[in-house]
Amino acid sequence: MKYRTLYICTALLGFGLVVSCTPIVEEMTEVEKRAADPRNKTHMVGDKASGYVYMTSQTRDMQDDDIANPAFTWIDLAEEKWSKVEGKAGKSCASCHQDVNKAMKGVANKYPQYDPESKKLIALQVKINRERTKRMGAKPWKWESDQMLGMAALVKLQSRGMPVNVKIDGPAKPFFEKGKEFYNQRRGLLDMACANCHVDNAGNMARSNVLSQGMINGFPVYRLKWQKPGSVHRRFIGCNKQVRATPYKRGSEEYTNLELFLMWRASGLNWETPAVRN
Amino acid sequence: MARKPRVKVPSSAKKGDVIQIKTLAPHKMETGQRKNKKGKKIPRFIINKLEVTFNGKPLVTADLHPAISANPYFAFFNRVTESGSFKFVWTDDKGKSITTSKSIKVA
Amino acid sequence: MSKSIDTKIEYPVDRRGALKLFGFGAAAATAGVLMPSDADATPESAKKLIEKLSGTASYKSGKVTLKMPDIAENGATVPLTVHVDSPMTEKDYVKFIHLASEKNPNAEVASFHLTPSSGRAEVSTRMRLSKTQNVIAVAVMNDGSVFRAARQVKVTIGGCGG
Repeated sequence: MKYRTLYICTALLGFGLVVSCTPIVEEMTEVEKRAADPRNKTHMVGDKASGYVYMTSQTRDMQDDDIANPAFTWIDLAEEKWSKVEGKAGKSCASCHQDVNKAMKGVANKYPQYDPESKKLIALQVKINRERTKRMGAKPWKWESDQMLGMAALVKLQSRGMPVNVKIDGPAKPFFEKGKEFYNQRRGLLDMACANCHVDNAGNMARSNVLSQGMINGFPVYRLKWQKPGSVHRRFIGCNKQVRATPYKRGSEEYTNLELFLMWRASGLNWETPAVRN
Repeated sequence: MARKPRVKVPSSAKKGDVIQIKTLAPHKMETGQRKNKKGKKIPRFIINKLEVTFNGKPLVTADLHPAISANPYFAFFNRVTESGSFKFVWTDDKGKSITTSKSIKVA
Repeated sequence: MSKSIDTKIEYPVDRRGALKLFGFGAAAATAGVLMPSDADATPESAKKLIEKLSGTASYKSGKVTLKMPDIAENGATVPLTVHVDSPMTEKDYVKFIHLASEKNPNAEVASFHLTPSSGRAEVSTRMRLSKTQNVIAVAVMNDGSVFRAARQVKVTIGGCGG
């Protein structure tokens, strides 16, 4: 329903009569207004909507301008790191991959990926550290460090504007199923599953926030609340804490499986990394 | 290797044009109001000044306080008269400054 | 709301009264938890600051436009633009734009020193708002006249923002 009509029914109990039943408001809800905004067109496909659609125009302005988007200072740092020789092997990322713009195009869609070595899914961050330690002989980066956030964002930036399209068949299938199960599993003191907010109530208000569909096509995102970029696993920790559940660790099996499921959920939406969210 | 300020100035313009200049510096802008996990106040540490000059002449100066958001962003204007270079100097509470330059060609 | 600016808790009187009913009031007040902080800015201190910065207590309205969202998506990062109606010539230009807050921990926000070469008297930045309040922008012209604009921005507590 595009327009919502509110009826006020005034019952005058003293007289035992229903006096009036009049439609008084006929206007679009906040979300309907946002959906009608032409700027949101490239951020929606079918009934899927990127988190962008749920942001105010000021926050969207911040994402639409690469100078106004603070995440780019982290990406600048990663660009320097890309060609900086580190570790015992005397190599940089560029020694093997050359130009980041060409080499990393479309790579955002390849992770989380089944890893035959560990027989588990691995996230992009795990892959970056494996390259650093095994090929470069350099120290691994911490998950939420400036370097890792920047490099993950730099890699995913090369897929900006391309539709999300992740592989969930073959050896990744059982992990995808586990991620799906996690998504629908009620947890925490509030006994809520991810789906209770982001499927059942997407578009509704949770206090003063509009609940988004929980699409992850913009991560790592610069979050106004965090005042810095953060990984999707950091966001999961926040969500789990909100329902009073014990969060898992960044890079845990649970969150990596969930990440794969959520990427599949965002299929068809364009990559927006680095997005800006509230 | 630290993160660096970003600056956006058009690379060329016509004499008399009014151009927009945008800049963003990476900084936590620690307010001095927050407490750490042990309950001790985290000391204030912010960028307190941005000075922008064009060919050595002052264009805009901004005095900043902790109420300015982390990763401070500024946009302002300039009427261009000649080719030259903009210099952006950000100074923090410890007196340390970072400088970025950007040149413009004016026809 | 961001943790970084949410360090001061100030309960309205009625809430304090409600707490007293439950017997917490005396203990909490002794501990100083519920005492309003004397350091926070007030509309009066913001006014004083503006007078100090602009050098006069008499302002005119008009000329200054302060663009801010009615409701901040997050109090930690609220975008704003101040525009002043001015030709920005050597004879007639905006010398200063000052910003002040009425309820942040400090009234000071930022001061911009412009020059005629600015061409257009407009600055944009982002500020922190600890709670719903008025933000004040004043422009000091080169002839010393001062123009003022104020705008109320609502800062809400999000459901998922925390």
